Amino acid sequence: MDIVKTEMSADIIHKKGKTKKQVTQFFMLLKENRLAFSGFVIFFLFLLVALFGLVLTSGRTPVFDPAHIRLQEKLRPPFSKANTDILQPDEVPPMGIYIFGTDNLGRDVFSRMLQGAWVSLTVGFVAVGISVVIGIFMGGIAGYFGQGRMLWVDTLIMRLVDIMLCFPSFFLILTVVALLPASMYNVMIVIGLTSWMGTTRFVRAEFLSLREQDFVRAARALGIGNLRIIFRHMMPNALGPVLVSATIGIASAILTEAGLSFLGFGVPPPHATWGNILSDGKNFIFDAPWLTFIPGLFIFIVVLAFNLFGEGLRDMLNPKLRKDR
Amino acid sequence: MLSFIGRSLVQKAITLFVVSVVSFLIIHLAPGKPSQVNPLNPKFTPAMLERFRKQFHLDKPLYVQYGIFYRDLFTGRTVSWKDGQPVLKKIWIRFLNSLPLFLLGTILTWTFSFPVGIHAAISRGSRFDRVTTFASYLLISIPGFFFAYVLIILVVTHLHVPVIGMETFGISGISKLHYMMDRLWHMLIPSVLGATGGIAVLSRYVRSEMIEVEGQDYIRTAVAKGLPPDEVHYKHALRNAMLPFVTMFGLILPGLIGGSVIIESIFSWPGMGRMAYDAILARDYPVILTVNFISAVLVLIGTLISDILYLVADPRIRLQ
Repeated sequence: MDIVKTEMSADIIHKKGKTKKQVTQFFMLLKENRLAFSGFVIFFLFLLVALFGLVLTSGRTPVFDPAHIRLQEKLRPPFSKANTDILQPDEVPPMGIYIFGTDNLGRDVFSRMLQGAWVSLTVGFVAVGISVVIGIFMGGIAGYFGQGRMLWVDTLIMRLVDIMLCFPSFFLILTVVALLPASMYNVMIVIGLTSWMGTTRFVRAEFLSLREQDFVRAARALGIGNLRIIFRHMMPNALGPVLVSATIGIASAILTEAGLSFLGFGVPPPHATWGNILSDGKNFIFDAPWLTFIPGLFIFIVVLAFNLFGEGLRDMLNPKLRKDR
Repeated sequence: MLSFIGRSLVQKAITLFVVSVVSFLIIHLAPGKPSQVNPLNPKFTPAMLERFRKQFHLDKPLYVQYGIFYRDLFTGRTVSWKDGQPVLKKIWIRFLNSLPLFLLGTILTWTFSFPVGIHAAISRGSRFDRVTTFASYLLISIPGFFFAYVLIILVVTHLHVPVIGMETFGISGISKLHYMMDRLWHMLIPSVLGATGGIAVLSRYVRSEMIEVEGQDYIRTAVAKGLPPDEVHYKHALRNAMLPFVTMFGLILPGLIGGSVIIESIFSWPGMGRMAYDAILARDYPVILTVNFISAVLVLIGTLISDILYLVADPRIRLQ
């Protein structure tokens, strides 16, 4: 009994050591790829900003009030001082300056950007989360049953993928979002439900080759259930490419959400998103260019960070490319 | 070959049928009724509402509506709910407006991405490769609408290129050549914008395809037997690297109808994307469904063409 216990704990320690080693190895590789590393750093900063933004802009009396209208202070350029003579003490932004200026209603753009960061972050992660879960599930089942008696499962799922690919994606998202009541959650769900086809396809391809390997045969010979083989034994081996496509998927989900906000769909006002700050600001593009450039540049930088990190991840996970470099 | 085409056609017809049912259901089961679009309009009395519902068969069960809609579509009798115009004619006019934009964008995409991608792959790791790689990341990541406004500021203040609409307002009574030039200038910025994303993605794809082929044994053999590098790169490698792009000719087809909603609304371009966007806002179901149906048809034809092209171009692929 004792022996078994110590063996088990030794096993656990060994495993822990191994994952730790893997993590440090991962960071070593990441640091070598400078673009991917900077993408990772920006991603991390964005995460922090979005979290702080959520805390600082919500509640009854937020530190940064994104919705407060000061008509006498409209279209002030970035870094201009708030005019304390005409404002109530509680209307003055923190530190008395408008870091990113104010918009056409005199709202503090910095606060609105902070509030919008959380929208971009959650839309990206939740939409991709939904699409990855569906993609893994469908692709895994289709690939595992890709031959033999249960072939119809594979055929059915792949036909479903074909059908989904027939819809022009942005147009479909636009239609559904426009027909549904305006809410942030609808946008996330709709983007997620219309973007799982790619993941399904390559998880299936991965599974078609994995299912012929010895460890899967061994698992089957031991009488382990199909679902357990799929999700416990085969899935971890197919997760690398999923991670890559999820990272890049977040970038495109953020872009899609920004595009929808820009067209006036999605998150209802007065809640700020980077897309609708830009959309409101474009009317003042020559008088107040910062209203277009600040949200535009931030979307650009965050999307770029996710793309660079995703591509770096792909290179790191691909041993063939790694050796060549 | 014929049996392959026959089988694909049957399969694609089934797919198309399901797509038509699904899009019909999505539109009709979504909350909100087309007859409620403008409840504040004082002219919209309950009697009119009733007539509206009757005229467009909204009082019948869904499957009957489905039948009526697609019967009308195939006989060309579908009319828009908003202005009573035949939908197909409306789409055709808008399509002709979008077509030049699409053609110019596609030509720009294909002429720029191939040289860039091939050169980057051949001089892998060079400064050119690194610069174009980074530039393509930049172009993929920049939101189209933001890029549009950056370009607008640039050209309006410095280059005096027109940015709004398809032709200069009130232009008439000028020579044909002048008119053509005017149209071309108006097309320039929107089609460049439409092409940038395509160039970035396609050139990356060309590069990776080319690198893949350059690593093959037969290329090493060709180099080892002393062939000049140009012949190795442009004859042996390039021909094989081009195979996947043969299929992409078929996949351009759906782009014909998509248009870009965002770009067309920014530049007030009266194209397909704008029309679809307006139809969505107005809940003009016949227009939405027809656009959807046509684009599904184009996707299916496109994949069929690309499958056949692949069969013709790559002798290694054999049908069972």
